[in-house]
Amino acid sequence: MFAMRKIRWGKYIFLMLVAGFVLVPMFATVLGGFKSLGELRTNPFGLPDVWEFEYYAQVFADGSIWLLMKNSLIIAFFSVLLTLIIGTMTAFTFSHIKFAGYKYIYNYFLIGMMFPAAAAILPLFLKIRDLGLLDSLSGVVIPQVAFGLGFSILLFRSFFEQLPSELFDAARVDGCSYIKFYWHVILPLSTPILATVGVFVLVASWNNYLLPLLVLNTEQQYPWTLGIMQYRGEYGIEWNRILAYVTVTITPAIVFFLFAQKYIVEGLTGGAVKG
Amino acid sequence: MFLPLALLLFTIFVILPIGEAGYYSLFRWNGYGEPSKWVEFSNYVRLFKHGAFDTAVWNTFKIILVSLVIQLPLALIIALSIYKKSWTNSLFRLIFFLPYILAEVAAGLIWRFVFDGDYGVIARFTEALNTDTWYLLADKNWAFVAILVVLVWKYFGFHMMIYIAALQGVPKDLIEASKLDGASRFQAIWYVKIPLIMSGITISIFFSILGALQTFDLIMPLTGGGPSNSTHTLVSYLYTFGITRMNVGFGSAVGVVLFICCVIFAFTYQSTIMKDKK
Repeated sequence: MFAMRKIRWGKYIFLMLVAGFVLVPMFATVLGGFKSLGELRTNPFGLPDVWEFEYYAQVFADGSIWLLMKNSLIIAFFSVLLTLIIGTMTAFTFSHIKFAGYKYIYNYFLIGMMFPAAAAILPLFLKIRDLGLLDSLSGVVIPQVAFGLGFSILLFRSFFEQLPSELFDAARVDGCSYIKFYWHVILPLSTPILATVGVFVLVASWNNYLLPLLVLNTEQQYPWTLGIMQYRGEYGIEWNRILAYVTVTITPAIVFFLFAQKYIVEGLTGGAVKG
Repeated sequence: MFLPLALLLFTIFVILPIGEAGYYSLFRWNGYGEPSKWVEFSNYVRLFKHGAFDTAVWNTFKIILVSLVIQLPLALIIALSIYKKSWTNSLFRLIFFLPYILAEVAAGLIWRFVFDGDYGVIARFTEALNTDTWYLLADKNWAFVAILVVLVWKYFGFHMMIYIAALQGVPKDLIEASKLDGASRFQAIWYVKIPLIMSGITISIFFSILGALQTFDLIMPLTGGGPSNSTHTLVSYLYTFGITRMNVGFGSAVGVVLFICCVIFAFTYQSTIMKDKK
């Protein structure tokens, strides 16, 4: 009994240490935005002695933060929407309409999943430029959708194939067209997998840095990931401002995570595992 | 219906660029006009002679090593101690998963502050010991170690979640049975639980290696590849020497090397270790 209790205490001490490792930098970030530079220097991790609100106020007063968030939101929204529409439609074709060579085409999509996006980033950049999509939000959205297709088709297809085939037979007897069947039967049944893929694409798009860095040149088009790096460039080592800015920009993701935890964990790990 | 559209998008933006990278890598080209200066394999020769590229490869290898030797075992130990359902365990899970949902650039900036010689944790130590300020991220010998710490911080929660999902699928009666047979806690973990979550482990190894090969976003806010190119990874090297200078040929050669590494790894891993899964 005594040994058991010892193990339990050891376990909690270990877990608390790891939790400290995870949380201390985050708390320091949130609190750092409330400190003057002098205080930040002498007291980087504790509660501020004097709470200064001007750094946070200035982040909002700047106004560009809303534009950055809006751009990120637009990019994420259309990436999710298009991936879901094109992904489900294509997967539906694969699972219900058998045509010659469909297996090869399906495998063609799967191979693409293994391609690291960064490897072909220069030719991709030239392609985006030649198509005239440079410096436009669609120049970010379209490649993101293309790269998300492989795994979303895989997940959607394996989900669709698990749906009972009687559904399809019944619908056909009732004279239901493919489109109607897709819209009225398949999609409503697929909400869990739509959420999984949607969350995966949403988070990836919201956090994406490399592609927007390449495609977007004017500040009016920047998503927040580019904005944050630019802010850091502007204010150099005025860490209190930068920490306030970081806090503001990561808040949406954290709030979203706290509210939709279940879907996010399922979407990010489940999406990865099944994919 | 939608198949042609999907095929078109996928071909243009995913497949074609890879082929083009292979083609462009044989030219010296700044991306304007037609590629005309055919240089055979000299981009590759230049690449393999470049000391910074060696460092980038070696750094990428270090990330893989730390993932396998520190990150995944840590994730597994934590998963084993908090996989059962209770509110404290859920709270710990929530905390440990938190870094994973943060964008790499934000996480990088947070840690850049923590490692800052004038402000963060290092400053505390140097003050306490009364030594000179130490700019960890500007120290050639230690900057990459700092990056490795951040990588573990950022990603262990993801692997932990994979293991937890797998552990929750292990039938309880098997563990009960092993206890009845007199297995110790350690034996129950080693002989029953771990073999049963092997598929979760193979998947998480797969993701951590593929992820390691593509590390980029975290490097930029932390060090940008410096000091003197000592902390580059394959992708940040590609970005610095290929993209920012518009050396399309040279950058494509780096891309081809990266691509080959990923494909060789993915195919051998899937055909040897993951094959009994399907």
